[in-house]
Amino acid sequence: MKTSSPAAGREAEPVLDIEDLTVTIGTRRGQARAVAGVDWSVRAGQTLALVGESGSGKSMTVLAATGLAPRAARVTGRVRLLGEELTTLSEPRRRRLRGRHVGFVFQDPMTSLNPVLTVGRQVSEACEEHLGMTRRQARDRAVELLDLVGIPSPGRRVAEYPHQFSGGMRQRVVIAMALACEPALLIADEPTTALDVTTQAQIVELVADLRRRLGTAVVWITHDLGVVAGVADTVAVMYGGRIVERGDVDAVFAAPAHPYTRGLLAARPDPERAGGDLPAIQGAPPSPLELPPGCAFWPRCPVRGDARCEHELPPLVEVTRGHEVRTFYPGGEDA
Amino acid sequence: MTTETAPDAAAGELLAELDDLRVWFPAGGGARVRAVDGVSLAIRRGETLGLVGESGSGKSTAGLALLRLVDPTSGRVRVGGRDVTRWSRRRLRGLRRRVAMVFQDPQASLDPRRTIGASVAEPLVVHRLVDSAHARRRRVAELLELVGLRVDLAGRHPHELSGGQRQRVGIARALAGEPDLIVLDEPIASLDLSVQAQIMNLLRGLQRDLGLTYLFIAHDLAAVEHMSDRVAVMYLGRIVETGTPAQLYRQPAHPYTAALLSAVPVADPKVERRRRRIILRGDVPSPIDPPGGCRFRTRCPQARPDCAEVDPALTEITAGQRAACPYAGEAVRAMLAGPEAPFPDGPAPRTTGR
Amino acid sequence: MSAGSDGTVRRALSALRHDPPAVAGTLVLLLLLVVGLAGRWLAPAGTNDVDVEKMLRPPSLDHPFGTDELGRDVLSRVLAAARVSLEVGLVSVGIALLVGVTVGLLAGWYRGWVDNVLMRGMDVLFAFPVLLLAVAIVAVLGPGLVTAMVAIGVVYTPIFARVTRAGVLSVREQVFVRAAVSIGASDARIIRRHVLPNIAAPLIVQTSLSLAFAILSEAALSFLGLGVQPPAPAWGRMLYDGRGFVTEAWWLGVFPGAAIFLTVLAFNLVGDALRDVLDPRQLTVSEARRSRA
Repeated sequence: MKTSSPAAGREAEPVLDIEDLTVTIGTRRGQARAVAGVDWSVRAGQTLALVGESGSGKSMTVLAATGLAPRAARVTGRVRLLGEELTTLSEPRRRRLRGRHVGFVFQDPMTSLNPVLTVGRQVSEACEEHLGMTRRQARDRAVELLDLVGIPSPGRRVAEYPHQFSGGMRQRVVIAMALACEPALLIADEPTTALDVTTQAQIVELVADLRRRLGTAVVWITHDLGVVAGVADTVAVMYGGRIVERGDVDAVFAAPAHPYTRGLLAARPDPERAGGDLPAIQGAPPSPLELPPGCAFWPRCPVRGDARCEHELPPLVEVTRGHEVRTFYPGGEDA
Repeated sequence: MTTETAPDAAAGELLAELDDLRVWFPAGGGARVRAVDGVSLAIRRGETLGLVGESGSGKSTAGLALLRLVDPTSGRVRVGGRDVTRWSRRRLRGLRRRVAMVFQDPQASLDPRRTIGASVAEPLVVHRLVDSAHARRRRVAELLELVGLRVDLAGRHPHELSGGQRQRVGIARALAGEPDLIVLDEPIASLDLSVQAQIMNLLRGLQRDLGLTYLFIAHDLAAVEHMSDRVAVMYLGRIVETGTPAQLYRQPAHPYTAALLSAVPVADPKVERRRRRIILRGDVPSPIDPPGGCRFRTRCPQARPDCAEVDPALTEITAGQRAACPYAGEAVRAMLAGPEAPFPDGPAPRTTGR
Repeated sequence: MSAGSDGTVRRALSALRHDPPAVAGTLVLLLLLVVGLAGRWLAPAGTNDVDVEKMLRPPSLDHPFGTDELGRDVLSRVLAAARVSLEVGLVSVGIALLVGVTVGLLAGWYRGWVDNVLMRGMDVLFAFPVLLLAVAIVAVLGPGLVTAMVAIGVVYTPIFARVTRAGVLSVREQVFVRAAVSIGASDARIIRRHVLPNIAAPLIVQTSLSLAFAILSEAALSFLGLGVQPPAPAWGRMLYDGRGFVTEAWWLGVFPGAAIFLTVLAFNLVGDALRDVLDPRQLTVSEARRSRA
């Protein structure tokens, strides 16, 4: 079975491939369409950045794809991890596959760690479970992993508890945990949002280095366009549960084609344009409970081409090779 | 009296001042967290003073001290020419009309069980600024309009509003008592990206129209640069550098300022790929037991043996720019040496594209 | 406190509608209230109408709950006793609520020595077994309805003090309380406008649960002869009096016992339902989810 040796065939096919993923969540106030018809894939050694604001569906996409969506969510679509279709697998089988091949890093390192276990036990737990290591081997592996993520004197710190680590060091421990089974895919959900900027720089550097050395595919979820520019090979911008723009990171940043992407980039303070108001996008992101029928960005859009935008969902069209945008006006006929 | 921020002849009257302020909190076992440990700041009428630093730098505590929401361990707090350091609880209520505060998390800073109107009206009621329910409603409507909210939101509860709207409510409440100074403690940090710019525009517009003075506390360096007339950088309870945004961002003199700036990611993949970051090693030391001598020396890429000996004071680098490092210019130049300069906004890296 | 608890009460009522046990509990409590207020007129006979002709008659059409050893109608006495139980419950819990909440607010808000002195006092009260404390108070004040109320009130005071203090300690750390301090609001105002409404939910739950236990305590005190004095009717007392006749006249104990059981169960059902409905985590689930996505 090909899943047992993930390294084989990595070049050819994507590590994670998502097709037409849709997630609806039943809430007290109605059906929330958190994710709608999302496709993307990520290859070994590549970083895909999912960018969006709160409620854009960026986190839910990844949770649903890996079978971690909340109970109330209904997930449809196709998800292939290392070529194996996840959506049709039984839950125990899916859990095993996920545990073995996917590592997760979440925003708050403190809640990702169990306060009453040593970091060594936590880092090596997955090795014992999935690689069948003995306690002794697992401990050595934990030391090796802590060293890999740049924790000084790992031989001593392996026996310490999470509260004895600083925020940045804790996030390194979480990354070590995520990498324990040498996963094919690392999912990092806002991994630096709770950290200081100098610590963020350390973590960004660390993940980039590990990706180069281990050939891991990385999905990095963030709202920070600066981080995207620093970590990503490809980027997908999400809004109202859909991808509104995606492509090679250079292409998207050099010539953002969707009014939302353009607006986000323009709204950042820029010392070149000191003084004066920032060109802010008006309004607030939509609630997944009340999405407009056409383009989700229509109520805030400065372009607003015509009536079609309001009532009809724009298709994802290619502007340049590999750079797609969901708009009726590619190239921005906004004037 | 030592006023560490630049005495500029053109600047307006002195409005508020921290003078060699120390705020230490008990940390159990007799230990003390030196949150603020010898900070002097002067805020002039009509300006925005930006206060940047990472978590644990003491920037928020310094802001709270201006409203006397924390008790100074030593040093002085002066507002409007009066020393409020030892004021009684009763007198402080008056101070808190002159100095208002906007908090980071607009959801948490509004009482979930009270309406928007009641929250905005609270300063009016507390300081008896209106004499009838009618006048109160009119003033609340005025305030909501001022911050760009529909008047009919007055009857809603906080959970019915978006994050940006909630922060506008927080700003309206801060404006209700017609304060001279507003302490903005990370006012945009918990907002969506597309909403941050709206709030920054609103704050600047209000300052222009109402002649407000701001202390803008943030960790977002780009936002601080955009908002501030002068900036102070804090590290581990101390101010390490002050100056205008142009001075600090283009020619940082203190190694910490330089490292902080180099860590800020820029939304341009070409710049990101070429620039060389100054990655600080290790973590910020504990404020319970800060390093002797220069506090930054344990992480400073340019630390020298004598940095452990002297505790450097802020000294003038250029007119209006001060840094607490005896090797200020030299150390930063050494860090910058190399093919690519790490500063996206500095003069040198401009050649690297954009 | 008005604006906040209005919203709380409205939300609680609407949520309770969808909870069958809570609906049943509420109906029983309403019935109890009606009986408590109008029991005297509903009763088929007077509570102390002695009829030696009809001693210890089993339940019949004339006397649905039978008669006691003095020929009194048990149904009439059970109905009349509802008023006593309700009074004792409301007054004693009222005392506990008033004193306990005040103590808890002062202790939680001012902390330091105030907290130490007040809460150590509460700990002492709390350390006594409930009945022992009540017995001690009865010993000082003499048996009777008022004594029972005071005794039960004192016993439940520490519980309210603790619930209140815990609530105050968590609410006072909220940013909105700091915001109220930052605009110059006085302590009294902050406590009244911001703290109390935000701890109302646990207090409401505690009140309903305490009512159940207070009624049970009254029954226990009366059972021991320390509460309501004969010939006034009280469920606990009736149970006590009936214990000598368990074999030949089961109805003497069963009906008052059933009344106690139903009342306590009803208060507990409503209390549990309120706890679920008013749990602040329940209120914020949707909000939390929204801000996380």
